[in-house]
Amino acid sequence: MGSKILETQCLSLRRGRQTVLTDISISIKRGEVLVVIGPSGAGKSSLLRCFNRLENMERGRILFNESDITTLPILDLRRQIGMVFQKSAVFEGTVADNICFGPRLRDETLTHERILELMAQAALEPDLIDRDAHELSGGQEQRLAIARALANQPSVLLLDEPTSALDPIATHKVEDILLHLRDTSGLTLVWVSHSVEQARRVADRVLLLEDGRVSRFGTVDALLDHERGDAHTLAFARGVDDNDAVGVSP
Amino acid sequence: MIPDFFGGVDELTRLLLSATFVLIAAGISRWQSADLERDLVIATVRSFIQLILIGYALELVFEQDNPLFTVGILVVMVTIAGRTSSARVKELPYASRIGVVSIGVGTILTVGILLLFGVFEFVPQDIIPIGGMVVGSAMTAATLVMTGIHEDFYNQRLVIETKLALGANAREASMTQFRRAIRNAMIPMVDATKTVGLIKLPGAMTGMILAGASPLEAVRIQIIVMYMLVGAVTFTGLIAAYLTYRTFFNKEHQFIDMSIKNLV
Repeated sequence: MGSKILETQCLSLRRGRQTVLTDISISIKRGEVLVVIGPSGAGKSSLLRCFNRLENMERGRILFNESDITTLPILDLRRQIGMVFQKSAVFEGTVADNICFGPRLRDETLTHERILELMAQAALEPDLIDRDAHELSGGQEQRLAIARALANQPSVLLLDEPTSALDPIATHKVEDILLHLRDTSGLTLVWVSHSVEQARRVADRVLLLEDGRVSRFGTVDALLDHERGDAHTLAFARGVDDNDAVGVSP
Repeated sequence: MIPDFFGGVDELTRLLLSATFVLIAAGISRWQSADLERDLVIATVRSFIQLILIGYALELVFEQDNPLFTVGILVVMVTIAGRTSSARVKELPYASRIGVVSIGVGTILTVGILLLFGVFEFVPQDIIPIGGMVVGSAMTAATLVMTGIHEDFYNQRLVIETKLALGANAREASMTQFRRAIRNAMIPMVDATKTVGLIKLPGAMTGMILAGASPLEAVRIQIIVMYMLVGAVTFTGLIAAYLTYRTFFNKEHQFIDMSIKNLV
């Protein structure tokens, strides 16, 4: 882990009269896993949308490799900062067609081997290559979304609750894939999660957003360690865990 | 005195007798508590007055034979059609403008090509009925395209934004929905063209036969009309689709959430 790959300076976002993000100043290191947690409506997804420029911030700057993202060609930027949405959208055609979507926009053809390699990176079984993408299960769809984003060879992957619709086994599988990618290719992950336990499992650092502002930002140990962690973040985590427990307790 | 328009006592009697159907419909509506009697009476009286006024207006325009009057009538038709079309998609910004422009350009292209090839002459007797048919079909196409894209873009927003996030530009990201809207607007016309004469005799042909023209002459005109309307629907559908899709994106290829305006 090393230099800064992404940095926000006093980033603010409004939608109509609603303030979504206020004064966000953080930096993300190359190859790290930053998990963004916070209550619903805290602005977690909106932060990702600003990085990918699906939305324009109102004030402030975002630097990508030390360049202001508004000065970079937007379509190139979106290829370099890939995004996987909470609910995966499957495109028409086969699994291979879906994976080739990004490269095909630049008139690039992926070889059969390269498609299989991307599928393997996302732990998709090779015999799915010619399957109609609409026939995949929820977990397979999400892994397809990851493979499709990886086909653009991004240096940052934005993940908007990528496992929220998955069962525990599929969740762990996706977590393993993403951590493996980080370890092998140095991919930087900005991972929005509603699960504090997931943050403990995958994060290098944690950003707690509340009401569109940075509430806490630091290492997992400093914020979420049971013994030494930050009192406020742990209180938040306990609240989330308690809420989670309501649904599963007998 | 009975105005000339009715063509004498016999013609007026025929006209009034045809209104019997409306009375029957009103009776059925009352019997079945469909509560449509009031609307039926209004529609009947309104259509009667509208058509008589149009009849007199056309008589006047035909007598004058002034190109400005002819063009003026077409402009009025296009404006009313554009506004009617846009009323179906109130949430879409600039819908009225999109309706008027797409129907207008579609009409100009279709009628222009027919005039260029000498199929019809620029006389009110040709241009106004032909223009009316073109504008009517173009209006249906514009409505289908605008409502189709508006609904589809909202329902498929996730797919479109996922494509944008993968580096697609606005056109590439919404190509599927764009094509679907044009296709849906053209299908009724294509189907009607396929089955013309087999299921029902089309309006222009029916009118000509009733007015005493030979069926073969009526068919000849009807063929021209059908092909012309395919052109009108295609031109208008394409223009409406392009203008509608553009309202959903800014120049940075971002999907504009129009519901945000409600928060302001």
